[in-house]
Amino acid sequence: MKTILKAATLALTLGASTMAMAEPIKIGLITTLSGGGAGLGVDTRDGFMLAIKQSGNKDITVVTEDDAQKPELAVQIADKMIQSDKVDILTGIVWSNLLMAVVPGAVAQGKIYVSTNAAPAALAGEKCDPLYFNAAYQNDNLHEAMGEYANKVYKKMFIMAPNYPAGKDSLTGFKRYYKGELANEVYTKVGQTDYAAEIAQIRASGADAAFVFLPGGMGIAFMKQYAQSGVKIPVIGPGFSFSQDVLPAIGDAALGAKASGQWAKDLDNAANKKFVPAFQAEYGRLPSIYAVQAYDAAQLILAAASKASVKDVKAFTTELSKADIQSPRGKFKFNTNRHPIQDIYLTEVVKDNGTLTNKIVEKIFTDHGDAYAKDCKK
Amino acid sequence: MTFALLIEQLLNGVQLGVMLFLMAAGLTLIFGVMGLINLAHGSLYMVGAFACASVAALTGSFWLGLVASLAAAAAAGALIEITVIRRLYQRDHLDQVLATFALILIFSEGTRWLFGSFPLYLDIPPLLQGAVGLPGGAQYPVYRLAIILAGALVAFGLYALISKTRLGMRIRAGESDREMIAALGVDIRTLYTLVFALGAALAGLAGAMVGALQSVQVGMGEPVLILAFVVIVIGGIGSIKGALVGALLVGSVDTLGRFLLPQALALMVPPDQAGLIGGALASMLIYILMAIILAVKPRGLFPAQA
Repeated sequence: MKTILKAATLALTLGASTMAMAEPIKIGLITTLSGGGAGLGVDTRDGFMLAIKQSGNKDITVVTEDDAQKPELAVQIADKMIQSDKVDILTGIVWSNLLMAVVPGAVAQGKIYVSTNAAPAALAGEKCDPLYFNAAYQNDNLHEAMGEYANKVYKKMFIMAPNYPAGKDSLTGFKRYYKGELANEVYTKVGQTDYAAEIAQIRASGADAAFVFLPGGMGIAFMKQYAQSGVKIPVIGPGFSFSQDVLPAIGDAALGAKASGQWAKDLDNAANKKFVPAFQAEYGRLPSIYAVQAYDAAQLILAAASKASVKDVKAFTTELSKADIQSPRGKFKFNTNRHPIQDIYLTEVVKDNGTLTNKIVEKIFTDHGDAYAKDCKK
Repeated sequence: MTFALLIEQLLNGVQLGVMLFLMAAGLTLIFGVMGLINLAHGSLYMVGAFACASVAALTGSFWLGLVASLAAAAAAGALIEITVIRRLYQRDHLDQVLATFALILIFSEGTRWLFGSFPLYLDIPPLLQGAVGLPGGAQYPVYRLAIILAGALVAFGLYALISKTRLGMRIRAGESDREMIAALGVDIRTLYTLVFALGAALAGLAGAMVGALQSVQVGMGEPVLILAFVVIVIGGIGSIKGALVGALLVGSVDTLGRFLLPQALALMVPPDQAGLIGGALASMLIYILMAIILAVKPRGLFPAQA
């Protein structure tokens, strides 16, 4: 009852603030709702829709479609949404390779894109666009934070990521801050499910710790196998490796793992205290970082919509870049390249009332931007 | 590189090979006996893993889950054989591929509908937790040793079934001459359903055993299916012996390639480049192996008689 009341209060306050302007807005949400990556897309959709629902804003319509994690399908859907659904804003894509396929075309047609997760380096620097906003981070950020952390604690690191653009961004980001010795640098196949060969190399490497970026099912497989291998070298990683969507499937093997994140369930601020119970009440599970990012993307759009008409793209994007929202992450603002400036924390996997979740240990970066913003002149 | 590491990697290769064999055996058996290309074999693997995970979660026993995986995959296999596959034996391979591809989609979305989009949890049974010491000082997970043992038992059981029993005789006869065995009064329809269910059960067993090591999620069968096809093409389509040799070959080459190639390249180029190029080359290695074997022996290592 208490949570319902809280949700209702939040809905009313948000609702009141958006009543100023009654301009119909159509949003196209393209995300992954089938296949192995569907968990991330479902959280994205649910987080986004929660903010829209709480706002009570009746002028906003959201069209949702499944991209099945396929770039060519994402492009077709985006074209359809722009041409026949006549959407004003696109959002929702989880994967960087899909985003790279959709965004350049969409912004060229004058549509606004607000990313809920994917943030490839290519769109953050020289090729940034005034119509492209990222509500999540820049791909390198969480890896940079772990590099900074490893610098303080470890002397010799084993680092590993899948062999695709975001995997290379990951190790690049890590090495940008980590200055110690590298025991080995390993790239695995995308979608690999057996890590016995890599675990044997970690064992033999003599490293102090292993930094591992393996999102979704890859991370589940790795952590379970690692726990059984008898290797005692600690594993650290970016938040995706231990986010709420994969923790139940990894099980106790994840306990104690250190990771980086710009949000955790126990982050102490008013917006987060409302968001977590509201999400739980609505969907019956804990939100993941993907849900938070999508929730904020929707909040950003709602905030801009209360001040400007979406038909006036210039005025609307100016309002968007002010980022006038109460994020569950706490402080949130946009950099000059329209990627977030935010705090990044060190988290640890703990058991809370029998449920595995992430707890904040300390702050790694305060007001952290990205390395590409200086090249963005648009 | 130490001797212990090499031993460990060899064992890893054998273990991967054994898993692939369980998948490939069913696939090659079904192709050999019924002449059917079954793309939905990966879905049966997924059914096995989901059955094991949900029964283990309900009862708390991995072993009951394992039994459930065999039963569920065999039942699913028999069901699709009777309802769909049976109509495809006389059709050409393109129709079979289309229909079994449709089955993949139905199984995937059906599983998502029942279990949701988030991966399920399945843990290794307490008996097989942890690692044991190997000669040379390395540690090796007990569970992987158990998989190798289970695979060896299945391989032996299949050999005994096919060469020593009456059912095996009929399976071999079905492979050689379908019309003749039907004319001799053997109920070929039941035989086909049995063979299909057997192949499905093996895939389900593989799914359940691997499910404890990996994530149990929708779509987990497709990557394994591709590898299983590589295995049966290398081994010779329709040959169980070929599937065994092919699986061990693919398992070892893949594992050792992933481990040795970057190291070998590191002698020539900077280490971060070696990791990148080595990793990319290693993931191509089994396909290169397949191409070479097909160039030398176009019908695989152990071509079936037909």
